[in-house]
Amino acid sequence: MGTQELSYLLLGLSWTLGLTAIGFAGGIPFGIGIALMRVSSNNWLRRPAMAWIGLFQGTPLLMQLFVAYFGLPLLGFNLPAWAAVAIALTAHASSFLGEIWRGAIQAITKGQTEAALALGLPDRSRMFDVILPQAFKISLPATVGFLVQLLKGTSLAAIVGFIELTRAGNIVSNQLYRPLLVFGVVGAMYFAMCWPLSWWGRKLEQSMSKGANK
Amino acid sequence: MKLDFSVVVDAWPKLISGTIGTINLAIAGMCIALVIGILGVAILRAQMRIPTLLVNAFIEIIRNTPFLVQIYFIFFALPLIGISLNPTATAIIALGLNGGAYAIEIIRGGVESISKGQTEAGLALGLHKHEVFFYIVLKPALRTIYPSLCSQFILLTLTTAICTSISAFELTYVGQRIEGETFRSFEVYFTLTMIYLVISFLTMGLLNAIGRWAFNYPQR
Repeated sequence: MGTQELSYLLLGLSWTLGLTAIGFAGGIPFGIGIALMRVSSNNWLRRPAMAWIGLFQGTPLLMQLFVAYFGLPLLGFNLPAWAAVAIALTAHASSFLGEIWRGAIQAITKGQTEAALALGLPDRSRMFDVILPQAFKISLPATVGFLVQLLKGTSLAAIVGFIELTRAGNIVSNQLYRPLLVFGVVGAMYFAMCWPLSWWGRKLEQSMSKGANK
Repeated sequence: MKLDFSVVVDAWPKLISGTIGTINLAIAGMCIALVIGILGVAILRAQMRIPTLLVNAFIEIIRNTPFLVQIYFIFFALPLIGISLNPTATAIIALGLNGGAYAIEIIRGGVESISKGQTEAGLALGLHKHEVFFYIVLKPALRTIYPSLCSQFILLTLTTAICTSISAFELTYVGQRIEGETFRSFEVYFTLTMIYLVISFLTMGLLNAIGRWAFNYPQR
């Protein structure tokens, strides 16, 4: 494998990172929205959030990519491939992050809510100043875990035809006829990106369980 | 914009056989995953240095690389070591290896959740060794890990969609064939999405019902 092939793979890698960043960045605001809707006592907010989560966690990411890729143009949006993929990844991330953060919000003891109410804090302040900062800390390991999941998930854009790291690997492997070498390198590149994240997530989890046992 | 689902609906016999293919892949993959999971935990508990290192390396590699890259790698690697299998069998092996890495973690958590005092209490009450293992160690451990194993199974079922990339016979592969014949991309994939949704909901309901029936005894 020469420098030319390697630089092609690195170009694909940059797209993988880009897609992950867009999906994650987009997933954060929508995920917070989904989580807040999901813990709401209003049925008209809670039910759609439950349906949204069920829809994206009950279907393969690959299908979500296909439906966005072929469905968005039908709705009249003329989007480049990367945008369709990014929209699908954002929606996917919002449902998973929403569910993670829903769990974290509900893990905050009721006493905190009651204390905030007793102090006469308004609803907004109770959620954003008391509950969410604590929930954020609890949810961090799972959130980092999902980031790894999302990074790996971007490889499916290859099946839709978008050239990111895996698709670039496919193309190079077809040119060189050395699939094991190429996919070994591609796998090592993914590992180099995901493993530090996984390690960080595990560290966070360990330090948290230490704190809980004190 | 004009949608035409009739061509997809007309292909229902193919969709059903594809659905069965997907379920077969998931079940076969899960069986291999459970075997790998139990073996892996046994090796880790033996606490020998090199085998432990190998199992941990296996877990880290599988968990930190995409399934698509793993399945390509296995697809091209098996023939080189003299094993030629059809795509569906290759897909089952890939699913099993992938699920196995996660199963090791889940089962290890279950085994570690049983405290030693529980075994000793069982023995002190005069239960036979086998009874202690089945009723006091295995059943509570299974109950602890059952929810995680169920969601792992659902995840594995959804992962089977990726096996279309090596043309294993399953629902997405069938869908892509129908798409190639009819050019109704959106209709095909929308229908597939709904079928997957039904599969995962029914599986979840079934597994929950089994769980309620199998672990129907009071806790504490």
